[in-house]
Amino acid sequence: MSAPKVGIRLAPAGKGLSDETLRRIDEAIARYPVKQSALLPALWLAQQEQGYCSTEAQEQIAARIGVSPAFVAGVVSFYTMYHTAPVGRHVVDVCTTVSCWLRGSDELVRHIEGRLGIKAGQTTPDGRFTLRTVECLGSCGTAPMCQIGDDYHEDLTPETMDRLLETLR
Amino acid sequence: MAALAEKVLTRHVGLADQADLRAAAARGAYQTLRKALSTAPEAVVESVKASGLRGRGGAGFPTGVKWTFMPKETSKPKYLVVNADESEPGTFKDRLLMERDPHLCLEGILISAWALRASIAFIYIRGEFVAGWRTLGRAIEQAREAGLIGRDVLGSGWDIDVILHRGAGAYICGEETALMESLEGKRGYPRLKPPFPATFGVYGNPTTINNVETLAVVPAIVERGAEWFAGIGREKNTGPKLYCLSGHVRRPGVYETELGIPFPALFGELGGGPLDPKRKLKAVIPGGSSAPVMTAGECGDLLMDFDGLAAKGSMLGSAGIMMMDDSVCMVRALERVLRFYAHESCGQCTPCRVGSDWIHRIVARIERGEGTTGDLETLVSVCDGMVGKTICVFADAAALPAKSFVAKFRHEFNDHISRKACPFGAARG
Ligand SMILES: Cc1cc2nc3c(=O)[nH]c(=O)nc-3n(C[C@H](O)[C@H](O)[C@H](O)COP(=O)(O)O)c2cc1C
Ligand code: SF4
Ligand code: FES
Repeated sequence: MSAPKVGIRLAPAGKGLSDETLRRIDEAIARYPVKQSALLPALWLAQQEQGYCSTEAQEQIAARIGVSPAFVAGVVSFYTMYHTAPVGRHVVDVCTTVSCWLRGSDELVRHIEGRLGIKAGQTTPDGRFTLRTVECLGSCGTAPMCQIGDDYHEDLTPETMDRLLETLR
Repeated sequence: MAALAEKVLTRHVGLADQADLRAAAARGAYQTLRKALSTAPEAVVESVKASGLRGRGGAGFPTGVKWTFMPKETSKPKYLVVNADESEPGTFKDRLLMERDPHLCLEGILISAWALRASIAFIYIRGEFVAGWRTLGRAIEQAREAGLIGRDVLGSGWDIDVILHRGAGAYICGEETALMESLEGKRGYPRLKPPFPATFGVYGNPTTINNVETLAVVPAIVERGAEWFAGIGREKNTGPKLYCLSGHVRRPGVYETELGIPFPALFGELGGGPLDPKRKLKAVIPGGSSAPVMTAGECGDLLMDFDGLAAKGSMLGSAGIMMMDDSVCMVRALERVLRFYAHESCGQCTPCRVGSDWIHRIVARIERGEGTTGDLETLVSVCDGMVGKTICVFADAAALPAKSFVAKFRHEFNDHISRKACPFGAARG
């Protein structure tokens, strides 16, 4: 799924991965017949720790898996769910593909934009929310919907959306 | 046309504890695996072949036939790949199965892996499906502890590992060879075929890839027999099927019924008819957004199966059925469809990379009232330059729907061009 890569433009903190994450990456590597298959899982683990995949993390992963950092960067940029820079604490991904569009996703996006004072693709100045529009999330029967972090929120209305945003500090 | 007497795939999806192995086992989960393991793998293949099961991932290829493509005499390991990428717009059936009945999915995967004598089953699940990923992950651990996965499964002498692999956001990874590249830790670029996965799949080893729903129905075939399955639906279009209804329909959702239910019964009886009773149905995208659009008039006697839709120039695809009522601007609808393809092209083939973007821009321009006479001809000729000229069928999946919208709703496109505005105004987004 292609969506613009966004993030507040801080220079990514020059920080490597924790020993615990590196240990879990080694576990992932051990699960596969071929080491390189652990690349996506390793990037997930890095993003889980850092909120994005920092250059340092990518380099550490490259070394462990035995590919070049440039190769890792090329893979990272192919997939829309990996962030390469810090993003808002809550990334609000609103689906605007056909079924959601038919059920009012564009109005929902406009509503959130008004509410947060940002446009889709931007992050609030306090770093609390990043708003993005994304393509079909496989929840078309409960449209409109959005994904925030790990969770799906379905059958949304402006009112339920407002309540949801309230709960996210 | 024989109806489906009782639910098969969705029998247990409403039960709160179905993801728990003990509860699922109490309802009979893994009994069929036991039965299958006591017979020869070839018997399962034969049964699936005789059932007429056709793949539920999009192309409708006969599953049993696909399984026989796997080499018999080989020293290489064999793999089963489960396509749980479910990213075709309008489709949300596999998600339901994985979140609500993971042990049914797993039992189907294990029986199929046995039929293929696979040593690893990889489940590739789209990155956004975190709930399904967690639920399946727990189910796999439970099954491992119970000796259903691992060495010498249930004393059969057969070793199987199941690896759950999470994608990271890329529609193209649903295409089988792109998925394999992604699984190998690369960008999800589709491979040139041949060689086909059965000879050169994951890590270059013999691989069979099937959709989640395809595999989840295998236990029922083994349990109840090929004849039972073949008796549901009609010839060459057999068995229970999950349909995803969305858009302008009163009760959107996943419905299990026999393959080939007539459209009016699916939309009117199961879906409850139009969302807004004052509106009339105008168009239907019958098989995910890659399927050519149908006018409401064409849907009156339409049988919702592979051959029924192919006969009308469209396809059942992923059975993601999107209803549009007469408030919808078809130019804007096509713009929305094409935006998806413009975003998702992997960019390997020039006709696809350039074409997907180009046709989207033409339609967006027409929609804004900035189209010119000649735009439609350009649109159609760019589409023709995309079909059949690329590594995978993604380009066709963008071009054929575009052509169908123009062919069936040409007057709406012309209206936009002559009025220099959208006649629907700002209606519905
Ligand atoms: C662009 C593209 C996207 C696809 N996406 C999916 C998908 O998300 N899920 C799926 O099961 N099959 C998808 N397919 C079909 C697969 O390539 C493959 O045919 C299917 O997984 C085979 O399973 P089946 O025989 O059980 O249907 C896609 C195909 C293409 C060309
Ligand atoms: S047809 Fe499109 S999506 Fe498929 S390989 Fe070529 S560029 Fe990629
Ligand atoms: S169209 Fe929005 S979830 Fe599918």
